[in-house]
Parts: sequence; structure tokens; C-alpha cells
Amino acid sequence: MGNSIEVKDLTLNFGSVSVLKNMNLDVKEGEFVVLLGPSGCGKSTLLNCLAGLLDITDGQIWIKGKNVTWAEPSERGIGMVFQSYALYPQMTVRGNLSFGLKNAKVPQPEIDKRIARAAEILQIQPLLDRKPAALSGGQRQRVAIGRALVRDVDVFLFDEPLSNLDAKLRSELRVEIKRLHNQLGNTMVYVTHDQIEALTLADRIAVMKGGVIQQLAGPQEIYNRPSNLFVAGFIGSPSMNFLSGKTVDGGKTFVFGDHRIDLAGYDGGAVLERDQAILGVRPEHVTVSSSAPAGPSIPAVVEIDENLGADSLLWLKAGTKDICVRVPVEGRLPAGTKVHLGLDIAKASLFDTKTEQRI
Amino acid sequence: MADAAIAMTGPRGAKPKKALSPRNIMLYGILILVCVYYLLPLYVMVMTSLKGMPEVRLGNIFSPPVEITFEPWVKAWATACTGLNCDGLSRGFWNSVLITVPSVILSIIIASVNGYALINWKFKGSEVFFTILIFGSFIPYQIMLYPIVILLREAGIYGTLGGLVIVHTIFGMPILTLLFRNYFSSIPEELFKAARVDGAGFWGIYFRIMLPMSLPIFVVALILQVTGIWNDFLFGVVFTKPDLYPMTVQLNNIVNSVQGVKEYNVNMAATLLTGLVPLIVYFVSGKLFVRGIAAGAVKG
Repeated sequence: MGNSIEVKDLTLNFGSVSVLKNMNLDVKEGEFVVLLGPSGCGKSTLLNCLAGLLDITDGQIWIKGKNVTWAEPSERGIGMVFQSYALYPQMTVRGNLSFGLKNAKVPQPEIDKRIARAAEILQIQPLLDRKPAALSGGQRQRVAIGRALVRDVDVFLFDEPLSNLDAKLRSELRVEIKRLHNQLGNTMVYVTHDQIEALTLADRIAVMKGGVIQQLAGPQEIYNRPSNLFVAGFIGSPSMNFLSGKTVDGGKTFVFGDHRIDLAGYDGGAVLERDQAILGVRPEHVTVSSSAPAGPSIPAVVEIDENLGADSLLWLKAGTKDICVRVPVEGRLPAGTKVHLGLDIAKASLFDTKTEQRI
Repeated sequence: MADAAIAMTGPRGAKPKKALSPRNIMLYGILILVCVYYLLPLYVMVMTSLKGMPEVRLGNIFSPPVEITFEPWVKAWATACTGLNCDGLSRGFWNSVLITVPSVILSIIIASVNGYALINWKFKGSEVFFTILIFGSFIPYQIMLYPIVILLREAGIYGTLGGLVIVHTIFGMPILTLLFRNYFSSIPEELFKAARVDGAGFWGIYFRIMLPMSLPIFVVALILQVTGIWNDFLFGVVFTKPDLYPMTVQLNNIVNSVQGVKEYNVNMAATLLTGLVPLIVYFVSGKLFVRGIAAGAVKG
């Protein structure tokens, strides 16, 4: 399968401020790519550039093998769903769905056919003659998706579509969007700052910061092998534990304070000896035992125990360092308990302190 | 049981309100006083306009007319003299209509498109353009009178209704553009983006998306312009000729005519007639205005 979207050397400046820097991104046909990042990282801006709502400073955008860099939004073969739904309040749902088609001079029987199909897929048939004001948030967002659907386009662009909904609806619609993607097989580009949405929906995630894509990979890869400190810290909740130290013995051992941690089984490049390095371990990859294990381990004291229902988070102090551990509910420990921590090195990540890149 | 009994007999439901509490007496007393204060001049005018001249000469301005006569109204409208013309306010009324209607329509159309373009289709220098436009509204009109006279003369439309319409349209532009720009800026930008993705162009979005959502601000602009232009005196007297004077200038000429006795009843009737149009516009569109706000209150 070919590429559905190709972004080539895209640069966008607002005056002297550089928002997107020399960006390259290929999205395969039928792929679900999520642009993830903190506020102001340029993810929505990139989406607006793809849609043609923002004029870019330099570079090219290709959609479906056509150079659309200068094309109008309506000529790009895209449908877009917005955070605030952006339904036309004075029109009925039917009017909202048909607005774009009428502009494109699609004949009326065809319009009726497409609306009927979209309404069936999204189960909004009973709502067709209502005004947006008479719809709930979830229904409005369905209609907004429907508006993209009737355009019969290859590429769907979602701009934080679930951010305005409450938690329950959000997870419902998340599943629905996933189902829609499976059913239609369209290319979808989805902007969000919610990592759960990103991890659950995406075929590939592009983690962005400061107008630059930090890592573009599948959710599992991003989670297990973050390419740099930013990605490692941004993905995962609670955040990864970072231990600052150095590597010795030709890179076989990580020294953190007085503790020596064997790096055997590390899944990455050659570690070498480094004066400064950061070891990142996710909360679920730390083991807690009450008695000291045979090998070297880190002694720690439980400070807070947060029960999440399905599992529990232990916040511990190892010397002066705070460490968070995810344990099963049965493994909960009262505050003040002295424990020993073991790290699962095979699933840990080691970062160069200066470049912040994964080793 | 005792508790239950207390619960049954104790205070329950809405708190009773006393109609004649000191607070209410104070509040409504002051309101009525202020109403009387503001309505008194209107009362005097209406009463005087319904009296004949002999009764007016008695000097008792607050007493209601003994003999109600509509003759002053008829005279003010049809036969009062200004200079050589003796056809009353009627000529001025129609002149004012011919000035106000096209000025209001033209200025609202242009200003609304201006505001829409300045917010949604920002171009290089649009902010500068807007700043200059707003700056224009701070320059006193009087400074610009003579230059405009020259401009209109050179264009060959000095002393015509068309010339005055153009002047009104231009002078309404800064404040109206500001009004529309600010209103359009409150319409979510995503709606505009969605419409662009849906393939609507500049005019398509203006007419099909923006306009239907903006009735309240159009009514506000209408009220502002109708009252402003109808009540205008300065431009009317400077840029037109006696034949084409608007109603306000005509009114001034009737009231200030120096020959003969001062006909207070006719003057009052003429003034009321002149003020009637903005008043009607306000009452009719004021209702629409409130309805418009209520309709737009629901977040779309």
C-alpha cells in the first residue's frame, strides 16, 4: 500500500516564531496516526496545515499522490472533526451533513443516499431533523464525525475530538472511532494530548515537542523503548522513574548512589562507560520485596499507598529519591514499611544525560 | 413524635414576601420619582401639542387641554412655514427617509463584510487597516466638514441626497466595523474552519454561516444607525440644499422661524413627529433584539 499523506520538509513560521521545523511525515494508506504532545507543541497546527486551513511557509504536502500544498481545504479530499464540534447551529443535523455536499454540487439523490449511510453507521437517524442545540455532547460529536463521513474522503483529520466530553462518553466514543476505522479503513490523523487515546487508537504515534516529531513508532515501541527522555517522561501515567547515575565496568553496571545495578539483559545499544547516565524504569517494572534478595537491590521506605481499584501505586523513598511502583492490590503495603526494590532491566531504558537520547 | 410535629408546623416551602416592606417602598418610591422626572417633559409636550393657541397663552403648562385639538399636528406636518416653503415637516420627513434608508442599508452591509473579513480572512496589514479605521472615529467631525464639501463638489454630488448618503455611510464605518468585528470574533473559529473544509467560500460562509448567527448584532447596528442618521443635523444642514433638508433641519427652521407669533403647540407637535421614527424603530426592533440574544444563548 502506498502513502496516503506525505509531508515533505514542512516549515511554518508565524512572523519570527518557528512553529513547525522541517517536518517529514509519511502516513500509509488506511493507517491511524496519532499526533501526541503537550499544549503548544504544534500538533494542531500540523493538522491545520494538512487540512489547508493554514498556509505553510515552506515544504510540500501530498495527499493521495497529489501535491495539495496550495489546494483549498475542500479540494484536498479530507474531512475534519473539531474539538468544539463546530456544527452550524442554525441548520438541522441533516443540513449540517449536506452543507458540504451542496457546496460541491452533489446531486440531491446522492446526498440523501450518503446521509442515510452515515446516519446508519453512526446511529443518528432519529436526530436528523433536530438542531444541534437539542443534542447532547456525544450526539453532537457523532454528527460532526458524520459531516466528515458524508464527504466520502480518503483522509479523516481529528482535532482533539473527545476533549470536550466527560470521561465515560470519551471512552465510549474512543471505541466507536476505533470501530469506525476498522469498518471504513480510511487514513486517519488524530490530534490529542491524552496518551490513553493515543495508545489505544493509534497504529503509530508521533510524539511532538517544540514543532518537532520526537519519535514516530507504534504504541508498544513508544511505551517500551522511548527514543529520548521527553518521550519517556511524557508517555505513561504515573511517569517513568528516572535514576541519575553513571555506568561502570565497561557498561555492565549502573551506579546509582551507593547502589550497583547489573545491566545484563538491557535491550538497547552498547552502553559503554559513561560519567553521567539516566536509568528510566516504569512503575510496573519495579519489584517490591520485604526481604533483601540475593543480588544487589535498593532499600526504600513506603510513603504513600494509592489504591486505584484494579491495582495500587506505592510511592517510596529510596534515600532522597522518590520512586513510584505499581503493585497488584494484594501487594499493598502500609506507609513506613521498609522494602527492597528490584528493577526489570530488560524493560528499562538508559539515557545519555547530555543528548537525552536513549542508549 | 414531637420532632415530627415541629417539622409539620415549622416554616416550609417558599419564604413569604411582604409587599410593603421598607425596602420595597424605598425601591419603588425612587423608581416612580425618577419615572415622573423623565416623563414630565414628554407630558408637557404632548399636552401643549393638543391645545389651541389661546389655551397655550394661559401659561398653565401642566394642565391638560380643555379642548383637545389635533390642528397643531396637522399644521406641523402639512402647512408650517420655513422660509418660502409652507408644506410643513412632510417634505423633511420624506427627505429623511430617502437619506436614512439607503445610508443604513449601505453602511450595515459594508461594515458587516468589513468586520467579517478583518476577523476571518486576515490579510497582511489587516490589523493596521483596522487601527486606522478606529482612529478615524476619534477625529472630530467638524474638522472634516470642509474637506468633504470640497470632495463632494469635485465629485459633482455636493448638495444631493446621494452625497449625504455617502457621507453617512463613511462616518458610520468605524464604529459599525468595530461592532461587527467584535461580534464575529465571538463566533468560534472552528465553525469557520469547518465551513472551509465543507467547501464554502468567502461569500458562502458570510451568507450561510455568519449572517444567520448574527441577527442580534444586525439589529443593534440598525438601531444605532437609524437613530444616529435620523437625528443628524450637522451633516444634513452642511451637505444638502434647503429643498432636500432632512426633518431635523426642517424642525429647527420651523421652531426658530422669527416671523409672527411663536406657535408653541405646533412646535411641540413637530418635535414629537420628528422623534417618532427612532422611537418606533427602538420599540419594534428592541423586542427582536432581546429575542435574538436569547436564541443565540445556547452554545452550538
